Amino acid sequence: MADIVLDKVSKKYPDGTVAVRDVDLEIADGEFVILVGPSGCGKSTILNMIAGLEDISSGDLRIDGERVNDKAPRDRDIAMVFQSYALYPNMTVRENMAFPLRLAKLDKATIDEKVNDAAKVLELTALLDRKPANLSGGQRQRVAMGRAIVRNPKAFLMDEPLSNLDAKLRVQMRTVVSRLQRRLGTTTVYVTHDQTEAMTLGDRVVIVRAGAIQQVGEPQQLYDHPANLFVAGFIGSPSMNFLHASVADGRLRTALGDLPIGSRVRGLLSDAPENLIIGIRPEHFEDAALVDEAARAKGTEFEAPVELVESMGSDKYVYFTVEGERATSAELEELAADAGASDLPTGGGANLVTRLSAESAVKEGENWRVWVNLEKIHLFDPSNGRNLTLHEGRAAGVTAE
Amino acid sequence: MKLRWGLLDAVVVVFALLPVLWIVSLSFKTTATLTDGNLIPREWTLENYRTIFQTDQFVRALVNSIGIALISTTIAVVLGTMAAYAVARLDFPGKGALVGVSLLIAMFPQVSLVSPLFDIERQLGIFDTWLGLILPYITFSLPLAIYTLSAFFKQIPWDLEKAAKMDGATQAQAFRKVIAPLAAPGVFTSAILVFIFCWNDFLFAISLTSTERSRTVPAALSFFTGASQFEDPTGAISAAAVVITIPIILFVLFFQRRIVAGLTSGAVKG
Ligand SMILES: Nc1ncnc2c1ncn2[C@@H]1O[C@H](COP(=O)(O)OP(=O)(O)OP(=O)(O)O)[C@@H](O)[C@H]1O
Ligand SMILES: [Mg+2]
Repeated sequence: MADIVLDKVSKKYPDGTVAVRDVDLEIADGEFVILVGPSGCGKSTILNMIAGLEDISSGDLRIDGERVNDKAPRDRDIAMVFQSYALYPNMTVRENMAFPLRLAKLDKATIDEKVNDAAKVLELTALLDRKPANLSGGQRQRVAMGRAIVRNPKAFLMDEPLSNLDAKLRVQMRTVVSRLQRRLGTTTVYVTHDQTEAMTLGDRVVIVRAGAIQQVGEPQQLYDHPANLFVAGFIGSPSMNFLHASVADGRLRTALGDLPIGSRVRGLLSDAPENLIIGIRPEHFEDAALVDEAARAKGTEFEAPVELVESMGSDKYVYFTVEGERATSAELEELAADAGASDLPTGGGANLVTRLSAESAVKEGENWRVWVNLEKIHLFDPSNGRNLTLHEGRAAGVTAE
Repeated sequence: MKLRWGLLDAVVVVFALLPVLWIVSLSFKTTATLTDGNLIPREWTLENYRTIFQTDQFVRALVNSIGIALISTTIAVVLGTMAAYAVARLDFPGKGALVGVSLLIAMFPQVSLVSPLFDIERQLGIFDTWLGLILPYITFSLPLAIYTLSAFFKQIPWDLEKAAKMDGATQAQAFRKVIAPLAAPGVFTSAILVFIFCWNDFLFAISLTSTERSRTVPAALSFFTGASQFEDPTGAISAAAVVITIPIILFVLFFQRRIVAGLTSGAVKG
């Protein structure tokens, strides 16, 4: 077990692509860290550099305090689980799992014991003499995990290990992975672009975009206090609503009406651009009729036509279209492209996704009064994506004094 | 429908096999009955086989054939494996050109190279030596080897090599224990193809040799005489032809499963 430190690590591929730039990251001993980001942002490259499968162009990588930039993968004592599982097709499950132990020149009895133990943990005992070709996807995945855990490495690296499984199995395996990591207490770096995995699995989540770290933090912290537009839009499902806003007469002019701003944000706005973006999560809306007096003061109300109601039983997802400009920025376009939504027709105006209480009597096609919590609204600078409501790492809404 | 296909198959098989059967039949006939036109010999004899193995000419040619074909195959497959590994694995400048040129060589009409090669080999003093045949065989079989092998290597998932390295293997161990077993069927396939090419060649064998020193069987056949100068050598030639066909048939039968396994090894993918 060991801690892993990346110190200004960059990667430039021979063809000139800079896949990773100046990444600083400290992973504590025993920690479960998730790297998440859109496709092509450099997650696998970071992982491969930690593994030693890719050279580090500049910067230092330290494992257990020791600089390992120039060490071969086999001298780093790290195990890796690949997206393709990479099981050796010519070997049985037992031989696959014994392979790292055989290379480490352990004696036969020890190898058998370790393989059997790992197989028991992963419920592979009955499959030990099969070839990988005769296993199901989930079983192959478990063999790949088994091969990684047999030799008690200093750390596990996993590159989208669950992405080849179907949705149901993925949920099951997620708990297997998580339990296994808790039990072994081995430092783990896990790459995914599934944000549910990111939110549920790790102790900390690292959000990567275009080769640079955007924010590192516990899942809840990233959700509540996103450092920038990209993180705000990436974390959360359905994702945060973004609307265009401009400052006029000391208030924020938006499609939801003019919103008051507190002194803290006002102080920041003196040198901020005229055009801004506000971000509101779906759960920070509520049916105005259901908001009590005390809460009402913390927010503001607006009226908009209801486009669609999806009842989930526990709550209702209600879609509105509001008049006004749509928010635009490079980050938002990238997020839309990653979600595959860049060319969905959006019609005029901006779309809002809200999550209202199940008791709401909201009806499709009618105009409805909706309340929004001002203490939870984020304000972003579209030129650099920075979250203007963030103060000492905490977001406090636009009305904070 | 099935019947018609069966019939068609039978026609094709008979068409292809008749000349072979005829030669086999000739090889078992006595000199007297050679020209009787019967497919099944009226008098069976092993005399022809005895004759060819007694003549130094044939045995010597057989040794040449085996030696030259084996050496050429080994070298071509080893070089081809390395080149194909590079073509499949690495991105290097001139990769397209390499593949293109090797295709070009494979397409080149060999006949047009025979007289220049003759002159060159005379100058270099390798005319009528094993080396004089091995070199052109390698030249013309290497593209074939590179081609089949690189198609093969491209199907091997390279994550396996990375996984082996992570599991603690050196580069050499990763190749030996993980990649080589998967590549073996491909190497077998191309070795067989190359061997058959060298074994069957007549053009170079006849043009670049002048004595028994390096003449291979296909070339030597045309110089055959019977047991004595004045005997009709047809029986002996047929027997020799049968003898040199046997290794090929054995090869193909024996490795057939391997070849097929090789050609479908894409199935290894998880
Ligand atoms: N061998 C290479 N040579 C040149 N560029 C590369 C190479 N490998 C990756 N890249 C580039 O580096 C960037 C990061 O790639 P990487 O594989 O790390 O992305 P990723 O975040 O893992 O994406 P995904 O989620 O799709 O796996 C991409 O733009 C990619 O095109
Ligand atoms: Mg990747």
